[in-house]
Amino acid sequence: MKGFILSLRSEFYKSRKTMGFWCAVILPLIIVGLIFIGFLTHPGNLSKYPGMALWMFYVAPISVIMGNLLLPMYIIFASYSVNAMEHKADTWKTLFTLPISKWSVYTAKYVFAMFLLFLCLLLFYLFLLGSGNLLGVLKPELKFYDYHVESYLAQVYTKLFLVSLGILSLQFLMSLLWSDFIKPMGIGFVCTIAGLIAVGVGWQYAYFIPYAAPALANSPLKSNNNTAHNSGVPHLTVDMFTKEVWVSLVVAAVVFILGFFIVQKKSVK
Amino acid sequence: MVIRTDRLSFHFGDQQVVKSVSLEVPQGSIYGFLGPNGAGKTTTIKLLLNLLHAENGTIQIFDKDLQTNRIEILSQIGSLIEQPAIYGHLTGKENLCNRALLLQVPAERVDEMLELVRLKSAANKKAKQYSLGMKQRLGIALALLSDPKLIILDEPTNGLDPNGIIEIRQLLIRLVKEHGKTVFISSHLLAEIERMATHVGIINHGDLVFQGTIDELAGLSKPLVQIEVDNGVDAANLLTRNGYTINGIEENTLLLPYTSKEDTGKMNALLNQNSYMVYSIGKVQKDLENLFLDITQNT
Repeated sequence: MKGFILSLRSEFYKSRKTMGFWCAVILPLIIVGLIFIGFLTHPGNLSKYPGMALWMFYVAPISVIMGNLLLPMYIIFASYSVNAMEHKADTWKTLFTLPISKWSVYTAKYVFAMFLLFLCLLLFYLFLLGSGNLLGVLKPELKFYDYHVESYLAQVYTKLFLVSLGILSLQFLMSLLWSDFIKPMGIGFVCTIAGLIAVGVGWQYAYFIPYAAPALANSPLKSNNNTAHNSGVPHLTVDMFTKEVWVSLVVAAVVFILGFFIVQKKSVK
Repeated sequence: MVIRTDRLSFHFGDQQVVKSVSLEVPQGSIYGFLGPNGAGKTTTIKLLLNLLHAENGTIQIFDKDLQTNRIEILSQIGSLIEQPAIYGHLTGKENLCNRALLLQVPAERVDEMLELVRLKSAANKKAKQYSLGMKQRLGIALALLSDPKLIILDEPTNGLDPNGIIEIRQLLIRLVKEHGKTVFISSHLLAEIERMATHVGIINHGDLVFQGTIDELAGLSKPLVQIEVDNGVDAANLLTRNGYTINGIEENTLLLPYTSKEDTGKMNALLNQNSYMVYSIGKVQKDLENLFLDITQNT
């Protein structure tokens, strides 16, 4: 456990000056910033909508683009970035000659990649909430304050996190084994497109494709999200543990364990 | 013995890279592990560090089996393999701090190491801007950071200028003499090693062709008689006709196996009697560099 904590601290220390880390911050900042500016400068007739609908207009485009393309691409990049640092500096040999178990080194790296994904989604969540509420203050005619979206949005982003773990494990393993960016990026990109097509044509077994999972997870956002609430105020919920979430979690666990055995056997040439 | 391997073997694909190598590295020694490029030095070092897994044979370090005591053994080894593994986006100091964090070494040690390898003034410069020599020095600092009992260095003087080489040599000698460390250092240049090594292992095509003390290596060198004459070729023919073996001839200098003082005198007399002018005659020993070449070329 000590080895794992030391390795994880080292991952933070090494990565704080890398693009992989800063992308987790910059990506949500830029994307939410753009939509914020859009709403601020071109509110159009948005003022006629109630709070819940406004929040949906504000949140849905980002979440849909994110699930369909941005999130898989970010995972491809983050997984690569965590491993590329060692490939580039030729430091695998150093990591594996430390008096720390290979399990700790490998797990710490994986957990750090997971942290990057978590951070990115958390910042999307916080920036969306913060900027939406700020819009409500700056432009009181936009009735963001009418509706509390926090809980629903937290569920959406939690689900996006869970459905992404399968892709994360696969991309992490590929980036660990291959030092170049082209292979994991190419495979990841093709799989993402395949997943999108499968979801697009409504293939009933699309949930078996981990790369299709974020797009599938977004579906409830677009429809089937209204349930009557006791007070009469519409209440949004997310069906958290759907089939694609389970598939993602199982793929993540299996590939993670498989990855460790590959690392264990792997020779550092 | 600090390192003891028993019939260690390894191959990449069809190519046998290490063939039944049995190393014996005594405590407190500077063991020069020599061999031409591609002889199997780095592969052997990777086997010693458990980066590669031996197909046959065993490795004992500090009298413990490496496979079953990996972490305990690695905690007492500092190593530098091939080119130094350095994060270019971090400064020299940050590279050391990161390793100090992993090895739980106090932060003061980082400054000591920077001082030791003369990188203090470049400590806050990004490591990717370092020259090859500076990177090599940082690699050595990283290897020494945890104050290990055994230091394994693979061609550590690559890229260093003569002053840097001398400094590293003096540092290693000091570490062994004053702090009781053991150093295992590989090189393809005997000249670089012979001034500090107490023991030598020579590997060629994966075979350990010599292992022993530096004196034992020198002892392998057979003495020769070196004669400088006015007409080398004719003198060589004369000596051959009289039953002598010529080992080498270079311009007017002949080399023959040395047997005794008397025999050397007879050679001199024979040449004089046949009107050859002998400018010099004497017993010479082959230097270690040539000996190393002989050993590696004849195997």
